Amino acid sequence: MLRLELRGEMSQPMVYLSPIFAVILTFIAGIIMFTFLGVDPVKAIITFFITPLNSLDGLAELFVKATPLVLIAVGLSFGFQANIWNIGAEGQLTIGALAGGGVALLFFNVDTPFLMPAMLVSGVLGGMAWAAIPAILKTKCGTNEILTSLMLTYVGLLVLSYLIHGPWKDPDGQNFPESRLFHDAALIPIILDETRLHLGWIIALFGVAVAWVIMTRHMIGFQIRVIGLAPMAARFAGFKEKHIIWMTLMISGGAAGLAGTIEVSGPVGQIIPVISPGYGFTAIIVAFLGRLHPVGCLFAGLLMALTYLGGDNAQIEMNLPNAVTGVFQGMLLFFLLACDVLVRYRFRIGSLTKATGGANL
Amino acid sequence: MGDWLVPALLTIITASTPLVFAAVGEVVVEKSGVLNLGIEGMMIVGAISAFAVGVTTGSATLAIFAGAIGGAAVAFIFGFLTLNLLANQVAAGLALTIFGLGFSALLGHGFVGKTFPGLPKLEIPIISEIPFIGPLLFGHDILVYGSVIIVISTTYMLNKTRVGLLIRAVGENHDAAHSIGYSVNKIRMACVLFGGAMAGLGGAYLSLAYTPLWVEGMTSGRGWIALALVVFASWKAWRAFLGAYLFGGITIIQLHAQGFGVEIAPEFLSMLPYLATIVVLVLISRDSSRAKLNAPACLGRSFHEAG
Amino acid sequence: MTGQIPRLELEGISKAYPGVVANENVSLKIMPGEIHALLGENGAGKSTLVKFIYGVQTADSGSFKWEGQEFAVANPSMARKLGIGMVFQHFSLFDALSVEENIAIGISPELAGDNLGRQIRDVSRQYGLPLDPDRFVHTLSVGERQRIEVVRCLLQNPKLLIMDEPTSVLTPQEVAELFKTLRRLSEEGVSILYISHKLQEIKDLCHVATIMRMGRVVDSCIPSEESPLSMAEMMMGANLVSPEKPEKSVHGGPHLVVKNLSLQSDHQHGVDLKNINLEVCKGEVVGIAGIAGNGQIEVMEILTGEVLVEDPNSVLIGEICVGCEGPKFRRNAGLGFVPEERLGHGAVPEMSLWENAFLSGFQTMCLVSRGFIDVQESIKYALSIVSKFNVKTPGIKHAANSLSGGNLQKFIFGREILQNPEVIVALQPTWGVDAGSAAFIRQSLMDLAAKGAAVLVISQDLQELFEVSDRIAVIYEGTVSSPRPAEDITVEEIGLLMAGISSEVELGLTADA
Repeated sequence: MLRLELRGEMSQPMVYLSPIFAVILTFIAGIIMFTFLGVDPVKAIITFFITPLNSLDGLAELFVKATPLVLIAVGLSFGFQANIWNIGAEGQLTIGALAGGGVALLFFNVDTPFLMPAMLVSGVLGGMAWAAIPAILKTKCGTNEILTSLMLTYVGLLVLSYLIHGPWKDPDGQNFPESRLFHDAALIPIILDETRLHLGWIIALFGVAVAWVIMTRHMIGFQIRVIGLAPMAARFAGFKEKHIIWMTLMISGGAAGLAGTIEVSGPVGQIIPVISPGYGFTAIIVAFLGRLHPVGCLFAGLLMALTYLGGDNAQIEMNLPNAVTGVFQGMLLFFLLACDVLVRYRFRIGSLTKATGGANL
Repeated sequence: MGDWLVPALLTIITASTPLVFAAVGEVVVEKSGVLNLGIEGMMIVGAISAFAVGVTTGSATLAIFAGAIGGAAVAFIFGFLTLNLLANQVAAGLALTIFGLGFSALLGHGFVGKTFPGLPKLEIPIISEIPFIGPLLFGHDILVYGSVIIVISTTYMLNKTRVGLLIRAVGENHDAAHSIGYSVNKIRMACVLFGGAMAGLGGAYLSLAYTPLWVEGMTSGRGWIALALVVFASWKAWRAFLGAYLFGGITIIQLHAQGFGVEIAPEFLSMLPYLATIVVLVLISRDSSRAKLNAPACLGRSFHEAG
Repeated sequence: MTGQIPRLELEGISKAYPGVVANENVSLKIMPGEIHALLGENGAGKSTLVKFIYGVQTADSGSFKWEGQEFAVANPSMARKLGIGMVFQHFSLFDALSVEENIAIGISPELAGDNLGRQIRDVSRQYGLPLDPDRFVHTLSVGERQRIEVVRCLLQNPKLLIMDEPTSVLTPQEVAELFKTLRRLSEEGVSILYISHKLQEIKDLCHVATIMRMGRVVDSCIPSEESPLSMAEMMMGANLVSPEKPEKSVHGGPHLVVKNLSLQSDHQHGVDLKNINLEVCKGEVVGIAGIAGNGQIEVMEILTGEVLVEDPNSVLIGEICVGCEGPKFRRNAGLGFVPEERLGHGAVPEMSLWENAFLSGFQTMCLVSRGFIDVQESIKYALSIVSKFNVKTPGIKHAANSLSGGNLQKFIFGREILQNPEVIVALQPTWGVDAGSAAFIRQSLMDLAAKGAAVLVISQDLQELFEVSDRIAVIYEGTVSSPRPAEDITVEEIGLLMAGISSEVELGLTADA
């Protein structure tokens, strides 16, 4: 009989192998799933994962889609390392997009190079403000941030809906629920001609680098890791839990808000009813798949972006429902969690073995 | 007054029933010490399973069973990951929701636009016609009565039976339960499957009775509200029932407020249930001493067979 | 008792964990009505053996004979059917359930019928173990909780009762009551397997003793014919050397001062502290004795600054009022502290040793510059701890949880002591630590005091306190008695204080003052 046995230390190789195993298993499960759906599995996998990358345009599109995922995931991994479960990034992205886009709409007739930076700052602040609500409630009342941040996501989407159906509706539009188109100065610069690849990707890469340094070499990262691994030890060292709650929620909210502003000022160019196809939720998977490590998030974000492109591509070329993307994302996280067991435990054949307590949340 | 009050109350019942199922299921799951954030995913899979079977076979009974089985099946994935492979319960629950939403949309691809006649109403001649009380108490479909029965039997089961004692014990102190000789993870798995079946029934109610249609993502956050209700109810099934009706009521009031010509943007009224959930969460967490005594002490902690 | 069939006979039991052999070829024979001691240090393999007997774990090899018949006990309910009952060291109780529910869950469903409440009252009256079936466990004292476990076993008419370290949580007076019950059971023919490392108790109570060390049975004896010292030597496998008390320089003035400290605990099952006054002078070791759960953790948290008080004057380090300041401030003021839990409180289990060195040393050792971690210096610091405190480790890049309890505790003490604290506070400094490391740690505490630091040790281990302390106080239900010189106080007096019977002693003290 197979049993799990606690390893003395975490297995470092497994930390990195586990996502690779998960990807392979997801492929296998995908092939099985397509076979059951009566779709040629090889063709489906190629359409899903290979064809989107065949062209320069496709590659650029990959980076465009990966930009918000990487930014949000990097922000979230700070919180997740500290066991602060902000799962409302989608709402913070939305409010960030509204705050950033709102600046663009407010100055829709002003042409200045300062407009773009002002929008980005405003977007960050918007995301932070939305994340500040769960932070206040958690630090003042001890309210669970999982539920509050999630409820606020729905509220944020409704705020968006209200604004574009009402005050922010394009006065010259045909009564569509959309804002007016952004001014050129409010559009994020394209960095590769003939594609949609924009400066946001560079911002995301910069974010990864900064986060990497903070996480591994800075006191902030150290405190976050200690409080996540051993909250009592953090108290022992004198690290204040409330500071860390605030810090992580501000980092993740700010990153999501930034991603939201980049979305509306980049690929979209106006405020529309659906700003994000669930980037805020997918980024949670990205963060886990990336081992809560900034560089890991970068690779995982690219992989996840590919599932979006693949989903679109499969819909166009094979008439498969777009929802396949969600299935792949869900399976990937399932398999990752399953493989992760091997980081802390090993399988042993035979009788009951070593005693351990419960692992923490 | 009966002209609008009775229909309004009836719609509150239909709006609340899915929440009752999902929340009561989660009460049992959490009492056993497991935090399953994937209610939304289990509900939507239950919804499509029930709808697909209902449309294909035309049988309401089979459809209801399919809803429960669909919910329990995806709950099993969660249970296997968190109980057998000791995966993080928060992450696994989120994965379940994302997977469930995608998977249901994939299954439901061919069912978009089809309709189901709805569940048969249990009418009792004469009694159903008593004004006010008659239509409120009678003439509902089987799932509405089922939800009431589930609340009563779950309350009895948790508090008065040995099985309930075991569930509470495992959620309170899994190490002690293990050293006395109980199989912690088997008990928890049973609870997770029960919770999945209940969430599945809640989803089935949505696609079979509430709006007998299949729409992608039709649970629209009800699973998360059910999760909040469990905390709101401080882990008591009957309070979860009351909470579900309170929230169902808010949803309906918001619809009717527009009918009464209240000059508020519909979005703000739609925010009410979510904002109310937050307010309730805050009120509960402020009164920590009371909530803690009922909260299962091992909630969210995995159990590795120990000695 | 010769000629009788043994109630339980184990032969050649072996059990290995990865990297550790917990039991090796262990044999044990228990006769009906016999009180049999299983004696050994923490980690000697006693618990593994008992878990096997009670069916919680299986062994790799060996035979199990019950009243002459061979059995394979697969799970605890099978053990209970045979007639084996067990009282766990860490009670297997459920705080949020009532006494009756707690008992019902631990016995077979047939026994847990409608009249269980009456049965509980009957048994508890019969054996002098008063219990109210309707109370909730979290409202009970530790002694009462243990009674639940005992009654739970007795309801099933056991033939063998296993007691795992039953007295570590009891006052000397409660221990005497428990022993009466156990002797009575023995007279009724119940065998008792009594696990302990407390030698005097075993001498008083047990008929036979089996001594374990490093997973093996190393000796057996008749306790009444041995002295505690001779049994201790069998248990540790060496002649015992008491740590040397260094020649004391003259004590300096009070350096750690607690004044009129009262605090209501936030914790659900916490202890409220009531008007605590305490002074620890430079160059002395003060010990605080007491049974676990009488406020030790709360006192510790207030001294370390993990919990703050309203009046800054209620805790002073030297002249500095620190009552409202957190741990970082207090470390800068010269405080070092060692909490009870090594893994998860004193150290982060999954982090490397150098990161754990950084954890408490980052300010006093200047390991941070402009918010960035100075890795090189942190590694140097960790290496110096490892070498000066004789920590056995494969390397400082390995995680803290790869170390044995004793080595990790030495590392944690080293980390605090190398910061040259003027005051050090330690809670249960040698709990679950091997004898060698324990002696090392006690010695380093005394050496630190000799160099002029104020040392406060809070411990349940009376022998340890007598060894290291200059003065000893007792904590009971959140009050701390006035410390008295170790030479002038007896174990009996401490026992009375630990049980909360303090009037005479206090009268004596006021007369002194």
